Amino acid sequence: MLDGPSVVAALRACGITHVLWIPDSELGRWEPAFLAEPSLHLVRVCREGEAIAIAAGLFLGGKRPLVIIQCTGLFEAGDSLRNAIHDLQLPLLFLIGVRSYLAHQQGTTRDTCPLFTEPILQAWRLPYVLLGPTHSAADLQHALTEAAQEKRPGAVLIAE
Amino acid sequence: MAMTQLEVLHVLARHRGQRIVITTMTTAGLWPALSDTPLDFFFIPSAMGHASSLGLGLALAQPDRGVIVVNGDGSLLMNLGTLVTLAQHAVPLTMLIMDNGLYEVTGGQRTVGAGTVDFAALARAAGIPRVYEFERLEQWEAGAADALSGPGPVVIWLKVEGRLGQQTPKPPHPMSEQIARLRRALGVAD
Repeated sequence: MLDGPSVVAALRACGITHVLWIPDSELGRWEPAFLAEPSLHLVRVCREGEAIAIAAGLFLGGKRPLVIIQCTGLFEAGDSLRNAIHDLQLPLLFLIGVRSYLAHQQGTTRDTCPLFTEPILQAWRLPYVLLGPTHSAADLQHALTEAAQEKRPGAVLIAE
Repeated sequence: MAMTQLEVLHVLARHRGQRIVITTMTTAGLWPALSDTPLDFFFIPSAMGHASSLGLGLALAQPDRGVIVVNGDGSLLMNLGTLVTLAQHAVPLTMLIMDNGLYEVTGGQRTVGAGTVDFAALARAAGIPRVYEFERLEQWEAGAADALSGPGPVVIWLKVEGRLGQQTPKPPHPMSEQIARLRRALGVAD
């Protein structure tokens, strides 16, 4: 189970300096923990593609940003994602909430978000891992650390 | 008579100092003739409208350096929220808006709201503390030193001449080379 303090601890361990942030109702619960951590700079943006471009600039300038968005914003941000990780070949890191994933698994929702999130990441060739309710912040830390060590982009999907 | 983009850039080149200059679309094809140092970043290929956001990230990462983003009106329209985001940060970033009312690199089609959008008012309403506008070259030459100095963020709206029949410029160096030399110049280790 991920909560704000455990996520912040994982991000600190990974050396994350900036969080580019458009939260959803699940991830938004972490905000008090982000705000309480002085080593993390929380950058609020208007759109998800903008978040990715700011993260690209931060990385070029020597920082280690993490983009935290919902899958709906990912759908909007394709051009920016393509440019940052393929044209510029920057090893950016993402944490993406997948709306209605758990309800979809149980067949109790018509939300189309779970249908498209993973295929879209595959289409954009962004490696990812999916974390569910039984996973912990240690799994998040492992996924982010592995991507960083391999100097490649990577996404962690959070099943909501 | 409206300024040309090249005339605007000549003035900018005299005042940019040691700041990073990010150009995109038309100006990325013009700027190499004036400056091609590791601190000149030609954002091609780019994400549509995101030069200003890339510049904000660099300014947040390197607050002592200073960043100038040479944006277009069409590019800004694709990412208008950047004005609001930029206004939240007291960073040394200056954004020039080259307003020709055209999508020039696609051949010269009109931008939406061409000639009617008040970019200075938009920037002020978004909370940008210092906003300038120049319609004539002599005004820009006279005001550039003030506009391009002092605290940021700053937005400078410049009415420029549109050109038809242009093509998307090519960057003078591959993106991988641009990134490597920029990061070296900034002292960023790989």
